[in-house]
Amino acid sequence: MAKTKTVYKKSPGLSDFPLSYCPGCTHGVIHKLVAECLTELDVLERSVGIGSVGCSALNYDFFSFDMFQAAHGRAPAVATGLKRVRPDTMVFTYQGDGDLASIGIAEAIHAAHRGENITIVFVNNAIYGMTGGQMAPTTLVGQKTTTSPDGRDPQHSGFPLRIAEMMATIPGATYVERVSVHDPKHVNKAKKALKKAFEIQKNNQGFSLIEFISTCPVNWGMTPKEAIDWAVDNMIPYYPLGVYKDKTKEDNA
Amino acid sequence: MAKVLMKGNEAMALAAIKGGCDAFYGYPITPQNELPEYLSKHMKENGRVFVQSESEVAAINMVYGAAGGGARVLTSSSSPGIALKQEGISYLTGAELPAVIINVMRGGPGLGGIQPSQADYKQITRGGGNGDYYLYSLAPESLQEAVNLIKESFDIADYFRNPVMIAVDGLIGHMMEPVDFEQEIPKWDLKEKTWAADGMRGKRDKNVINSLYLDPQDLEDHNYKLLDKYNEMKEKHQRYELVNMDKADIAIVAFGSTARIARSAVEMLEEEGINCGIIRPITIYPFPSKAFDEIPSSVKDLLVVEMSTGQMIEDVKIVNEGKLPVHFYGRVGGIVPEAEEIVNKVKEIVGEK
Ligand SMILES: Cc1ncc(C[n+]2csc(CCOP(=O)(O)OP(=O)(O)O)c2C)c(N)n1
Ligand code: SF4
Repeated sequence: MAKTKTVYKKSPGLSDFPLSYCPGCTHGVIHKLVAECLTELDVLERSVGIGSVGCSALNYDFFSFDMFQAAHGRAPAVATGLKRVRPDTMVFTYQGDGDLASIGIAEAIHAAHRGENITIVFVNNAIYGMTGGQMAPTTLVGQKTTTSPDGRDPQHSGFPLRIAEMMATIPGATYVERVSVHDPKHVNKAKKALKKAFEIQKNNQGFSLIEFISTCPVNWGMTPKEAIDWAVDNMIPYYPLGVYKDKTKEDNA
Repeated sequence: MAKVLMKGNEAMALAAIKGGCDAFYGYPITPQNELPEYLSKHMKENGRVFVQSESEVAAINMVYGAAGGGARVLTSSSSPGIALKQEGISYLTGAELPAVIINVMRGGPGLGGIQPSQADYKQITRGGGNGDYYLYSLAPESLQEAVNLIKESFDIADYFRNPVMIAVDGLIGHMMEPVDFEQEIPKWDLKEKTWAADGMRGKRDKNVINSLYLDPQDLEDHNYKLLDKYNEMKEKHQRYELVNMDKADIAIVAFGSTARIARSAVEMLEEEGINCGIIRPITIYPFPSKAFDEIPSSVKDLLVVEMSTGQMIEDVKIVNEGKLPVHFYGRVGGIVPEAEEIVNKVKEIVGEK
């Protein structure tokens, strides 16, 4: 009998529920990273995820541990409420760019401002996916959406918001990094960043936010491959990857 | 225990601590500021949580987070702030989370004013947020009653897994009265919060706090499950007080501060030989329909008195079913009706006969 070796298996942080994401959507990869990081840190049994409103609204079914479904934009406030009464839980929010950068920007800023010991998983796909592809605060200049049919015009709608850069300016934030999941190398880097963010929380070192450059092939009107290329060619130049704030280093300096 | 003299807002804050409140989240607004101010000091002393949020929207969602984690949670505000909390209140009911919300009402609409008002009656009893839901809503008339009801409200919220609203106005918030914090309160049969999402800890399957039901049949079932709770509130947990109703010719219907003023009016009318009673709703949701079944045949008229242009009067008309003439007297804008004004209105109605 041939010997078999397990080289890959689904993380115990994920449930057996089939994901509802479109083919080629990178939401799924980001879920996998969340699940793997929490598993490797051995904190699944005390983790609570706060899902938001967007394509990921159903992710309370996708993770294998305790979950909340929060109102649109309010996940960081829900996380704050929970973490303050149950400080020994590992609490993260999972939010899209409409959810966090638009309707919920106040809650995100103030959670960072108070230095809440939580982690925000911020998924930037430059569009409102769930509602059918409207313009988001992160939609690129010239990018066509259902509410910017001629392409985003900064004279009319302003320039796209750079969330990682903005959140890094908040004194209460401990760790802010922007990552991408467009190829295996970057997926590994993204996982390191997310794991660091969760470690910071585990060590009670405060607020962390990881911004993920993500794709929405369906609403971008592209194949999965075209969407990956578009993210690399258009999003990453405007949203450069990297660490924008690391107070754990500053504190040691 | 001996009675202590305290300001309304502070007494209500202390009542929450006595009721086992684990956490408070709120945003400043007049006329309730002394309540969070008191808690900012005393919650910490007692090893409990106090957070001043960035907005009422954030506050009620913090409540959602803490309540979903199994804690006993309080938020307080005043009318415009309650309006902002309505989305979160709808989510709390949808996800079946207990919480206590104190509303120290002020005049509206818009920024309105900061003086006492009861113009949130509809905002409180008609939902306010989206969907078919109600809050168990208590309207005390005195500080002692407010303290007792707030202590009990945490149990009521846990029992129903539904938010409880305490509706008072700036008069109660700012009055000084002696209160006994140790009076007996009714006991509720409470179950362990096995549904709370605060980490599985190797002891149970995962829990989910959620109000989303994409399947219409699931959502209909969920709505009927919620309806069962509201029906139980209506059938078993109406609260009201009948004052001087035995031989009354006319009955005033009033809640909270207004009922208290009506008591003085009733005494003044008695001196003039007019028998006037009071039906005082203590729960404004569920509206105490049973009180109206007890109205003696001597009563020929109902007079609704409110600090609004007439909101509760709609519920009075519904339960009255056209049996008695329903009159109204109201003051608005933060103007509190004087007992004399009520006396004159009663005499006007009785005199017409
Ligand atoms: C208060 C409120 N306003 C609007 C909506 C409708 N809505 C649902 S999802 C969504 C946008 C989500 O976009 P994003 O956060 O970018 O997530 P994505 O779907 O792209 O992953 C909106 C506006 C809502 N559910 N609630
Ligand atoms: S609509 Fe876009 S973001 Fe939503 S699941 Fe599909 S590809 Fe992903």
